[in-house]
Amino acid sequence: MAKKLGGNGAARLGFLHQLEGHTDRVWGVAWNPASRSGGAPSMLASCSGDKTVRIWEQQSTVSSSSPSWTCQAVLDESHSRTVRACDWSPNGKLLATGSFDATTSIWEHVGGEFDCIATLEGHENEVKSVAWNTSGTLLATCSRDKTVWIWELQPGNDFECVSVLNGHTQDVKMVLWHPSRDVLVSASYDNTIKVWAEDRDGDDWRCVQTLAEPGWGHTSTVWQLSFNMSGDQMVSCSDDLQLMVWDSTVDPSEWTGNGGGPWKHLCTISGHHERTIFSVHWSRCKSIFSGMGAQFSAY
Amino acid sequence: MASQLINANPVVHERKARSVRQPTSAHDDLAVEPIDSLEVFDHVRDIKDPEHPYTLEQLNVVSEDSIAVDDKRSHVLITFTPTVEHCSMATLIGLCIRVKLMQSLPPRFKIDIKVSPGSHASEVAVNKQLNDKERVAAALENPNLSQMVDECLASSEE
Repeated sequence: MAKKLGGNGAARLGFLHQLEGHTDRVWGVAWNPASRSGGAPSMLASCSGDKTVRIWEQQSTVSSSSPSWTCQAVLDESHSRTVRACDWSPNGKLLATGSFDATTSIWEHVGGEFDCIATLEGHENEVKSVAWNTSGTLLATCSRDKTVWIWELQPGNDFECVSVLNGHTQDVKMVLWHPSRDVLVSASYDNTIKVWAEDRDGDDWRCVQTLAEPGWGHTSTVWQLSFNMSGDQMVSCSDDLQLMVWDSTVDPSEWTGNGGGPWKHLCTISGHHERTIFSVHWSRCKSIFSGMGAQFSAY
Repeated sequence: MASQLINANPVVHERKARSVRQPTSAHDDLAVEPIDSLEVFDHVRDIKDPEHPYTLEQLNVVSEDSIAVDDKRSHVLITFTPTVEHCSMATLIGLCIRVKLMQSLPPRFKIDIKVSPGSHASEVAVNKQLNDKERVAAALENPNLSQMVDECLASSEE
C-alpha cells in the first residue's frame, strides 16, 4: 500500500555533519523552532546518557561555503541521570528536558545563556518524553510510572500541575500534542495509544479513546507518534515492526459518541522493517520517515 | 529479600572442554573472522549465576546450541533457560548476558535475548523487558542492580 521513496527523482537524504561532544548515547534531538528566523542561526538541542543537554548552533562564516556547527552550551548540573527527552517551547525561549531521574527541568534561553528556571517533580520514576502544546501554555510529561502529567505555565515562569492522567497499564513512552488542538496523545509499553482531551466544562482531562482494537491495534510497545501538518492524520510505530496511520480529523473534545471513538484506523504498513521501529516523523513535505537502529525508511 | 534461595538445589553440569581454535589461514592475519556462536558462547559461559557459585554453563542456563549468530546481518539471538520456571532471577540473568555481550561484541551487533520457550512462567513479560533498550538502559543506572550485574560478570580465577 505504501511506496518506498527513492529513485525517480524522489526525496533522498544526504549526510551533512557529525556533532561530537556527548560522552554517552544521544537519546533525543530537537530543533529550536525560532531559530533561522530573522537571520538567527539554526539551533539544535541534544540530550544524552551523559546526563547533559548540549545546544548546538550553526555559524555562518564569511569565507566558508558550508556553515559550521559549534556547541554553544552544555547544560549540566541539573539532572542526575540520563536526559531522555527534550522539547523547545513554540517561541523557542524555553527548553524542557525530561530525565531518568524522574524530573523535568525547564531552561530559559536568554541572550546566549541558558538558566534552569524550574524543576518539575512528581513522577515516581523515569521520565520518558516531554511535549509542549502548540500555544506553549501546556507541557505534558510521561513516565514509566504509567502516568501522564499536564503542567500549565503560569506567570513568572511557574508551573502548576493541572492533571495527572491515569489509564495506561504500563510505561508511557511518548506524549505528543495535536498541532492545532489541545488534544494529547500518548504511546505506551502496554501496546496502546490513548487520546486525551479536556472535559467540556474544563474541569479535568479524560481519556477519550484508546487505540487498541483487536485486529488493528499494535501488538507490542508503541514507541512514537507523529501528526501530519494539518493534524488530520497521525502515524504510530511499534516494536511489532509496523507503522499504523490513523484518521484524526474529528475533534475528540466534541466526541460524545457511544462505542468506538472519534479516530479511526486507516492503514497498517508492514514488511519494511525487521526490527523494532523506534521513531517515526511526518515531515512537512508530506513524507513519513521511520527508523530503527542504523536503517531508516521513507514513505 | 528472602533469605531462601529460589532454587536451592540446582543441577550442576560438567563444563564443556574448551577447544583451542586454529587460525583458518596463515597468511590472512588482517582478515576479521566472522563471529560465530562458539565465540559468543565463550563470552557468556562464565557469567556467574546470581544465586549459586556456578557459571551459567555449569547450570546449563546457556549452551552453544542456544546461540544463533548471523555475522553478515550483525545479529545475535541467544536463548537461555532459567533453572526453575518461576525464577525471579530471569531478568537479572538476561541483563547480565546483555551487558557482557555489549562489552564484548563490536557495536554493530543487534542482540536479542529470550528465555527458551516454555521455560518460564512469565516468558512474554521477561522477553519484552530484556529487549526494550530504554528499560535496559534505565535498569543499568540503578546502582544496586548494576552492582549485582558486575558481581555476576566478575571473572572467575581458575
